[in-house]
Amino acid sequence: MKKRILSLALTAGMMLGLLSGCGGGGDSKTDGEVAGEEGKVVNIYVWNQEFQKKFNAYYPEVEKTSNDLSVTYLKDGTEVHWTINPNQDGVYQQKLDEALANQGSAAADDKIDIFLAEADYVMKYTDPEVGAVATMSSLGISKEDVPNQYEYTLQAVTGSDGEIRGLSYQATPGMFVYRRSIAKAVLGTDDPDTVYQAVSDWDKFDETAYKMKDAGYYMVSGRADTYRVFSNNVSAPWVDGNKVKVDPNLMKWVEQSKRYTDEGLNHKVGGQWIDEWNKDMSADAKVFGFFLPAWGLGVCIEPNVAGSSAAEDWAACASPQPFYWGGTWLLAAEGSDNPEHVKDILLKMTSDTEILKKMAKEDNDMTNDQPLMEELAKSPDFASKILGGQNHLAVLTEVAANIDLSNISPYDQGCTEEFQNVFGDYFNGKIDLEKAKANFETAIVERYPELSGGVEWP
Amino acid sequence: MQKEKKIKSISYAKWGYIFILPFFLTYFIFSLIPLFDTIRNSFYEYYTSGLKVIGPKWVGFQNYISLLSADLPKYAWNTFVMWVLGFVPQIVIALLLASWFTNNRMKIRGKQFFKVVIYLPNLIMASAFAMLFFALFSNAGPVNGILKGLGIISEPIRFMESTLGARTLVALMNFLMWFGNTTIMLMAAIMGINPSVFEAAELDGCTNSQKFFRITLPQIKPLLTYTLITSLIGGLQMFDVPQILTNGQGAPDRTTMTLIMFLNNHLKSKNYGMAGALSMYLFVISGILCYFVFKINMDKDPDGSRSAAKKARKLAKKGGQA
Repeated sequence: MKKRILSLALTAGMMLGLLSGCGGGGDSKTDGEVAGEEGKVVNIYVWNQEFQKKFNAYYPEVEKTSNDLSVTYLKDGTEVHWTINPNQDGVYQQKLDEALANQGSAAADDKIDIFLAEADYVMKYTDPEVGAVATMSSLGISKEDVPNQYEYTLQAVTGSDGEIRGLSYQATPGMFVYRRSIAKAVLGTDDPDTVYQAVSDWDKFDETAYKMKDAGYYMVSGRADTYRVFSNNVSAPWVDGNKVKVDPNLMKWVEQSKRYTDEGLNHKVGGQWIDEWNKDMSADAKVFGFFLPAWGLGVCIEPNVAGSSAAEDWAACASPQPFYWGGTWLLAAEGSDNPEHVKDILLKMTSDTEILKKMAKEDNDMTNDQPLMEELAKSPDFASKILGGQNHLAVLTEVAANIDLSNISPYDQGCTEEFQNVFGDYFNGKIDLEKAKANFETAIVERYPELSGGVEWP
Repeated sequence: MQKEKKIKSISYAKWGYIFILPFFLTYFIFSLIPLFDTIRNSFYEYYTSGLKVIGPKWVGFQNYISLLSADLPKYAWNTFVMWVLGFVPQIVIALLLASWFTNNRMKIRGKQFFKVVIYLPNLIMASAFAMLFFALFSNAGPVNGILKGLGIISEPIRFMESTLGARTLVALMNFLMWFGNTTIMLMAAIMGINPSVFEAAELDGCTNSQKFFRITLPQIKPLLTYTLITSLIGGLQMFDVPQILTNGQGAPDRTTMTLIMFLNNHLKSKNYGMAGALSMYLFVISGILCYFVFKINMDKDPDGSRSAAKKARKLAKKGGQA
């Protein structure tokens, strides 16, 4: 009998141990969340360390960070927890979507408070029907609080109900950033105004590309580099109803990229953010230029040239067609337990002129303050070291004032990724144009089953 | 009477059941219920668009049909090709190594050391291994760097952009990861052969190759079949290596897209319907393969003598009747 009781107890113990893992989670939110009382943990979802670095460097309340940088401690004892998932292949959004779906049942300290989103998919989250993002007015932020921000950065996150659902700390107009030494060798001068004459439209850009080839250089690194310049100048969004519409301008990109790849005008690099692309910016690379926004100077070029002979061998001029790339918005997640912290972080990081000024000076970034940018554009002592002392804001302010995000759609990231991927095989001569189109049709329905209406080619 | 009955009812078997109960409970909750859920989902249109959920809407066999008319057969073929490319060298090298290591005449020193070394690649996580190869064989990677430095090539070889290159790399990785495991299994099988058979063969002047082809191979046939089929099931689930190597694209032209990568593509949009239907196809195929493994394992007399005896009996019967 004793043995039986003992073994029963043991079995029961085993079962309990087994099941106890499942309980836990839900209860802690009952721990008296009085309205107005702030939680102890601010959770921020990001896809790389760019914003994290800025936050640690410029947010005035930061006290210290943990050794692995995963936690930032604020002066009032609040901890900022960073969750980083890579953007590529939709991983960041997958993880974010999962967490947002559990937002209601998550413990207070596990709830997402702030997450970042890019222009390519920001609309997915700011859709009023989705209800994932708190409106700025619910946080007590009105348009008057952010008077200096570029209008387009507010419009991009304004839902159909007229509410603003996010703030951005940067403006992302693009420019053509080129190597001064190569410009001198091939075009005879590295002066931005003269070089601009050689790339002012696509015909001249082509001419210059052939000159580069003859001199043993490549005009651009790969097909992805020119993509944004074409895709930002489309006449309609990617998706209409349940139909994907490929814009004629994108087919121009296909035509140009095929020619550039076949004739060796580009370096055949298969994408951006990869090892080869980074190496194409280094001192002994043979690539003439890159299409980059201001943030590209600090994020892309600097790490690859720091300390080398190319560290100040760059200059910038306007691109053949105006374009923008990226743009990061800070969104306040609905259901956050730290509304006061969220409000303060959003306001300080996106509209505090002093912080934005520091950010612009130290990171070469173009920050979201129109009067400040226009002032710095004229200021003789604002100069980018990478650009050999050139003031790139002078190139960018005009483009920034004319950025138009009315053609973005929630499907941009998927369409962009798949479009570049399938046509990559075509450029490399693996498949013909018809096969590439068919592959795009397959890939897009796989990624977005709701777009079942087919793909319309120009 | 009552006393007798009590004694009769003592059964220790129930403790066995009680102790395996936790496993069955967890299996039931975490495997069986999701399995039935998958089957159910496969008949629905059910996915998310952005953060909005669409469905579930009953569509019958629509998912199964559209999968077959989509590229499913192509991805099955890709998977099969990459599996064969990896399995053939794997079994050949493993056989060779296993017969060397078990050959008493060869007196290889440091056997244990080599056994550990050939098994090591299997200890690395597949995705880490794929990352390593991705870096090694990228267009600006060290392999191209070395070849260029030696003057063998002037332009980098674009491994990952050609079908042959990408598939070979995937196969090579699978081969490297699994040949050690197979070698050790085959060694165990070879060591299980009665040594007196080898001795007798040697006394009769048998050469090494004769010993290998006439004794070793027939004797380990059941294990070879087992290896083949388990590897086939493993191959069916090939995912992490090509996924990481091609960034989930199955590049070029989807020729390295495996079945599970295809499944994963559907899970990006949380397309439970399509993913469920695809899983069901995989489930049926694995089920058939498992049936064969099961049959081999249940064969009480694996050296074939029983079936041989059966045949002989049949023949004798036929002979008797004729």
